[in-house]
Amino acid sequence: MGKVLEKEAFGLAAKDNSGVLSPFSFSRRETGEKDVRFKVLFCGICHSDLHMVKNEWGSSIYPVVPGHEIVGVVTEVGAKVTKFKTGDNVGVGCLVGSCGSCDNCTEGMENYCPKLIQTYGFKYYDDTITCGGYSDHMVCDEGFVIRIPDNLPMDAAAPLLCAGITVYSPMKYHGLDKPGMHIGVVGLGGLGHVGVKFSKAMGCKVTVISTSEGKRDEAINRLGADTFLVSRDPKQVKDAMGTMDGIIDTVSATHPLLPLLGLLKQKGILVMVGAPVKPLELPVLPLIFERKMIVGSLIGGIKETQEMMDMAAKHNITADIELISADYVNTAMERLEKADVRYRFVIDVANTLKPSPNL
Amino acid sequence: MAKSPETEHPNKVFGWAARDKSGVLSPFNFSRRDNGENDVTVKILFCGVCHTDLHTIKNDWGYSYYPVVPGHEIVGIATKVGKNVTKFKEGDRVGVGVITGSCQSCESCDQDLENYCPQMSFTYNAIGADGTKNYGGYSDNIVVDQRFVLRFPEGLPSDSGAPLLCAGITVYSPMKYYGMTEEAGKHLGVAGLGGLGHVAVKIAKAFGLKVTVISSSPKKEEEAITQLGADSFLVTTDPQKMQAAIGTMDYIIDTVSAVHALYPLLGLLKVSGKLIALGLPEKPLELPMFPLVLGRKMVGGSDIGGMKETQEMLDFCAKHNITADIELIKMDEINSAMERLAKSDVKYRFVIDVANSLSPP
Repeated sequence: MGKVLEKEAFGLAAKDNSGVLSPFSFSRRETGEKDVRFKVLFCGICHSDLHMVKNEWGSSIYPVVPGHEIVGVVTEVGAKVTKFKTGDNVGVGCLVGSCGSCDNCTEGMENYCPKLIQTYGFKYYDDTITCGGYSDHMVCDEGFVIRIPDNLPMDAAAPLLCAGITVYSPMKYHGLDKPGMHIGVVGLGGLGHVGVKFSKAMGCKVTVISTSEGKRDEAINRLGADTFLVSRDPKQVKDAMGTMDGIIDTVSATHPLLPLLGLLKQKGILVMVGAPVKPLELPVLPLIFERKMIVGSLIGGIKETQEMMDMAAKHNITADIELISADYVNTAMERLEKADVRYRFVIDVANTLKPSPNL
Repeated sequence: MAKSPETEHPNKVFGWAARDKSGVLSPFNFSRRDNGENDVTVKILFCGVCHTDLHTIKNDWGYSYYPVVPGHEIVGIATKVGKNVTKFKEGDRVGVGVITGSCQSCESCDQDLENYCPQMSFTYNAIGADGTKNYGGYSDNIVVDQRFVLRFPEGLPSDSGAPLLCAGITVYSPMKYYGMTEEAGKHLGVAGLGGLGHVAVKIAKAFGLKVTVISSSPKKEEEAITQLGADSFLVTTDPQKMQAAIGTMDYIIDTVSAVHALYPLLGLLKVSGKLIALGLPEKPLELPMFPLVLGRKMVGGSDIGGMKETQEMLDFCAKHNITADIELIKMDEINSAMERLAKSDVKYRFVIDVANSLSPP
């Protein structure tokens, strides 16, 4: 087999499980006939990036160039690309490849394909390890590129490519998107705050469920939630028992499920989008006696990611972000670990990421 | 002065009750109400022995209200019907299952989901609408509101049909609710092969599902396949077979009530697969989140069924000749039956021959 043609790229990579990111030069493939090449403008920092740079899930292959909330401007398209052209505003989320032929792929659920290839840290068809959006440019198969509608600000739209679709997909799939429904959102971070916005835009009544009273004001006044409930306060939980059609649980730390199940109406559904590493205690009785359900969800398929982005454009939904320069990224990761951000860091890649060794 | 069980109602009844958490059952004289205008009085012929009966007489769940007369898989003959009763007449063969009361006016009741009514009352060990305690089917007769009486279809034997009133509806209802019967040829795993599990296999096969029994006992394989009609059998302690079965099942009905690991069962499900928990373990189970999130898998539950659905289930079973595999016992054999049930030593349900063996001293 002939040598694969490549172009130079530069970015930030973690080299070991300290997770410290530093300048990294690498290369990306030439633009293939189905590829879209784009200059990265902004890249969101997802909590997954933090887990991966520190190898907390045990699957990291160093060096890791993270970033799967990537937006930019198309610079080149392959000969068989039909959906995009040079100059288009585009984005790439968590997926850059799938088998294309299994039931999941044919039903628009590439995110559940057993051969899915994630945007970073996975082996691609050319045997290279995928590198994410903390880098100057990306090249991606057209089938995994999302159009960013013109009225959305690129920086604040970037986090929707992971956080947005992660909450949107289960809301739609489980029918938790009907006007008048009462939806709970557990956790008010990157996922949670976007969850509130989408659910409100769907016409639902939204209660934010949090362990700390301190977030009440921002939940109601800043994000538009209807009510706020402290899950550690038995009286608040008791008063809200059996009132919610669905709950989107974004919390990735270990936490009790019993109070959350109690908040659901009969037949209510608890959607887990945070992924605690240790198993949680499962109270079976509420499932049996009130026919409640617990389900997991993982991002979304490409078609529904585009649908989500179009809905965001229609309702002016964007993430609340703190724009940072590339040289702030390690500090941002430390703050993210302490949940000290409202609510997503986004790296101003185009203006601040330089291939300088002095970063 | 508080009335005794014998005097609180006008009609003397004889049965067997457990008086404390030793769970030992013995003869018990009590009483039942007169047949009201909405009631049906049932002379009991047979009563199935459900695992719930065992849990209740031993107070495993902490809310037993002694003396307990268990029994909620009751088949008998209507001997009296009240003047408002339209669905039954004297001489009809009828069944009474797990519930004998509900508010009859809430959203659940309006949707024929009496089992989810917040004021639902159980056939035994519960307080009925008149404020007195309910006593179950280990007795010579029972008086029940017509809404909670079922017509026992022609052709369905009274003895081996009795367990359907709890075990049958408990597995039938989730098969319908969770969509298992909507498309032909879906693959269902049935975890546990006891009272619930064996009936689940039969009903699922009648629905056209492909069925794999999932069990920790290799000895059950032959009967699972040849007697019950399962398509295949998976031993949970065989790592190679478990590996090969990963991602092959659309649904799993988990009837196991002992504490057990969910991780291997979740692995058997396809993407978007559903695990329906029916067993009631004494302690919470552990739920691993990664399989749920990575595969959009679901864990749900179900609790018996409403009255309309229970009748539908009985008619379905009659049509498909589905009955439980039973061991018929006399009333005075109940205590040794309970000991054997505690060790799962029954294929697969004890049924008490009440009419022929329950006699007052």
